[in-house]
Amino acid sequence: MQRCSFLGLLSLLVFPTFADDVHTVMRDSVIDINGVTVSRVDRDPLQTFCSKPRAEAGDQAVAAELRAAAMAAVVMPADGAFLGGWQSGAEIANNGRGLQYSDDPNAPNGGNCYACHQLDPREVAYGTVGPSLTGYGARGQSDVVLQYTWTKLWNTHAYNVCSHMPRFGAQGILTEQQLKDVMAYLLDPASPVNTPISD
Amino acid sequence: MQRHLIAAATLLAALTGTASADDGMFDEYREMMGDDSPAVFVIDEGEEYWYEVQGPKAASLEACDLGLGPGVVEGAYAGFPRFFEDGGRVMDIEARLQHCMIELQGRSAEEVNRKPYSLRGDMGTEMEALVAWLADQSAGMVVNPGQSTPEEQASYALGEQIFFYRAGPHDFSCATCHGQNDVRIRLQALSNLTTHEGAAEAYTSWPAYRISQSVVRTMGWRMRDCMRQQRLPELIMGSEASVALQMFLAVQATGAEMAAPGLKR
Repeated sequence: MQRCSFLGLLSLLVFPTFADDVHTVMRDSVIDINGVTVSRVDRDPLQTFCSKPRAEAGDQAVAAELRAAAMAAVVMPADGAFLGGWQSGAEIANNGRGLQYSDDPNAPNGGNCYACHQLDPREVAYGTVGPSLTGYGARGQSDVVLQYTWTKLWNTHAYNVCSHMPRFGAQGILTEQQLKDVMAYLLDPASPVNTPISD
Repeated sequence: MQRHLIAAATLLAALTGTASADDGMFDEYREMMGDDSPAVFVIDEGEEYWYEVQGPKAASLEACDLGLGPGVVEGAYAGFPRFFEDGGRVMDIEARLQHCMIELQGRSAEEVNRKPYSLRGDMGTEMEALVAWLADQSAGMVVNPGQSTPEEQASYALGEQIFFYRAGPHDFSCATCHGQNDVRIRLQALSNLTTHEGAAEAYTSWPAYRISQSVVRTMGWRMRDCMRQQRLPELIMGSEASVALQMFLAVQATGAEMAAPGLKR
C-alpha cells in the first residue's frame, strides 16, 4: 500500500502530459511583482490533480492517496489548545487581504471567510460559494469536533479532495494563533456566529 | 448632459458609499446615464490616438491591419482574438495594437509595454483609449473570434486548461469563482464563465468604464486583475496565457452582441 501511493504520486511527476505545456505557458506569461514571484504558478501534485477542466473525474485511487497525504501532514496545535479568542477570529474572518501583490506583505493575512461563507447572522455581506456556518457551535466542543474543524481549516482536502477552500494551515496562509482564533469564532458559544439575531 | 452627470454623481456617491450590491439600483444608474457614459470621452480620445502621427517612423496607426484589412476598424474588435500571419501567433486586440505600434510607428517594445494600464484614479492610457474606441466600433456586432486555424483552436484548448489551473498559496483557479451558477463572493454576483450565457454577459461588456476607478478597463486588464486576486504574479499584457483565456471566453460567447464600452461599478 505504501509503495502504491508512492508510485501513484510519482506518476504525476514523471509522466506529465498536457499539464506541462500549460505550465510552460504560465511561466512565460507572468512576471515577479512586489514579492509575488513567477514560482507561484508551479503546482504541487494536489493542485495539478485538481486542475482538470469541467470537473472531469480524476483517478479515484490518486484522489485517495492525496487525501491520505493531506491528513497525515496536518499539524495539530502544539499546546493542545484549539480555541483562541473569537473577537480576533471575527477580524480574521472579515479580512480579505493577504498574499496579493497589491497587499502589504508585512500586514497579517486575513482568512476572508465571509467571501464564501455566512457566519454571523447579522453580517449581510457574505458569499455563497461555501455552505453557511451560522450556528456552527451547535456541534459542541468534543475532541472529534475540535480535530475535525481544525483539520478542515488546516487542509480541507484531507476530507474533500479538490474542495474550493484554501489550505489555511498547510499553505501558511494563517498562523497557528490565527487558526485558533477562527476556531473560537466558529465554536465559542459567545461568538456572534452562535448567537441568534433575537438575542 | 451636465444635469445628468450631476444627478448621476449624486446617485453614484450613494452607491459607492454603502456595501450594497443592489443590481436594480445600479441598473437605474446605468439607465439614467444612457449615452452620457464617461467612456464617450475616452472613445474620442482613442480615435485621436489612432490618427496621431507617432514614433521614429512618424506614422499613424491608420495602416494597422486588425484582421479585416489595413485600416478597417468597424467590426474588427468583435473578431478578436485571432491568428495573424505576420505576427506568427494568436493575438488579442492589445497585442495587435502593440504589434502595429512597433512595426508601423517604429516604437520600441519597451516603450509600448511600459504602462499599458492606468493606475486607479490616473488619467487613462493610450492603450485603454484605443481599445475603448475600437470596441465602440464593434458595438452591436456579433462576437466572432478566429477558430479556423490550428493555432486558434490550440489557443482555445489552452485557455480552457488555464481557466481551471489551480495554483498559488490559495489554490485558486478562474473556475473557483466563475465555474458555478448563482454563487456570489460577499455580495458580488459571479458569472459562470463556463457557460455561453455567463461568458457572453462578461465578454460583451468589456472594455468598461469602472466608476469606482474613474478609468476605462479592458478585457486584458480584467484577466490581469483576476490573476492578482488569485494571488498569482502579474500577467503580461498580450501574453500567450492572457490571449488564450480571452479566446476561451470569446469562443463561448460567440454569437452574442458586443455592448462595450459599458459601465461597471
